[in-house]
Amino acid sequence: MKPNFEQYKDIPGTTIYTIELARQGFQLNEFCMSLRTEENRKRFHADERAYLDEWDMSEDQKQAVLTRDFQKMLDLGGNVYFLSKIFAAEGMSYVQAVSTMTDMNVEQYQAMMVAGGRNIEGWRSKKERGEA
Amino acid sequence: MAKIVAGISTSHVPAVGHAVDSGRTQDDYWKPMFAGYEFSKQWVKDNPADVDIIVYNDHASYFGMDIMPTFAMGIAEKYEICDEGYGPRPVPVVEGHPELATHLAASLILDDFDMTVLNRLEVDHGLTVPMSLMYGQPEKWPTKVIPLPVNVVMNPQPSGERCLALGKAIRDAVQQFDGDLTVRIWGTGGMSHQIQGARAGLINTPWDTKFLDDLINDPETLKYKPHLEYMIEAGSEGVELIMWLIMRGALGDKVNEVYRFYHVPASNTAVGHLILTPQD
Repeated sequence: MKPNFEQYKDIPGTTIYTIELARQGFQLNEFCMSLRTEENRKRFHADERAYLDEWDMSEDQKQAVLTRDFQKMLDLGGNVYFLSKIFAAEGMSYVQAVSTMTDMNVEQYQAMMVAGGRNIEGWRSKKERGEA
Repeated sequence: MAKIVAGISTSHVPAVGHAVDSGRTQDDYWKPMFAGYEFSKQWVKDNPADVDIIVYNDHASYFGMDIMPTFAMGIAEKYEICDEGYGPRPVPVVEGHPELATHLAASLILDDFDMTVLNRLEVDHGLTVPMSLMYGQPEKWPTKVIPLPVNVVMNPQPSGERCLALGKAIRDAVQQFDGDLTVRIWGTGGMSHQIQGARAGLINTPWDTKFLDDLINDPETLKYKPHLEYMIEAGSEGVELIMWLIMRGALGDKVNEVYRFYHVPASNTAVGHLILTPQD
């Protein structure tokens, strides 16, 4: 069966981690995996730039990590489960990190979740939203 | 022969593990969610089993992108707990069941399910959080475990049809085991959630409810539900629910709904939980 990755591009505010994106993000995600040891977490936090330079990542990917721009990291092939190693190492929760990708601050985001989460109405299609 | 005696499905939110490990299960935020598992904790005590086959996904904890198996099975004696970026969870080592696991892996491969065989595996919250929800905080887990990791992280994930068929093959393989064992099968992950992008925080309770109803009463209709629908309606991470189809496939045509629980939110996620028993 021929893959159809295009079909995912109409979902608003969503980056689907396809095998193609995974190829592009391999070194970024490998860097994230390296943070599974306390020793590497310490080395990364001591000098982030030097640690990132040990990886064959693009400059855009490195800048996205340095500025904690999670949406940019997704766009450049990162996946949130890999990226979680970056924020977990800083004591950040998924709610805190994920909220930075929305137009809400963390208090507003948490309030939305407690009230039942984001309503899907209006969030099914970029075309419907006039974004495509 | 061995027999599948129950199916358990539950979400596997990492923050739930933090709440257990840090003694916050009775906080206002968490109390209603944990209350929903009190019935289940008693039920698994009253209805013990020898082995739990736990279908789950690794979250870039043991598998990176070096190797990304679509379906895998642990056949080891034991499984250590992963460091997911904040140190390993303080839970007991998970003990395996190599005799049943080698039989299952071999049977499935012979039945054309090309399982990746794992003699070494560290398990993450995807497997340990469901165990904490069902078993609390014991010094030693009460059952032996066969981990069955599924790729739901990288698209394309295995089809719903394939997942349901894998469950059916597991049922046959368990029944063909030469030894008396009672076995439960767990499907973990879900329900609706999206933990990335501007659409993060999506929860779709009507869709989740319909999924639960169909899973129990009409699982064959879920065979052809496209992954695109899960992603749109249940969020990009809602596609984890295909793992529940493996559990359901292993329970046969008709099941009894022993228990159902649904709660929003746990962190970014709608929590869903079922206990089902096979009718034959």
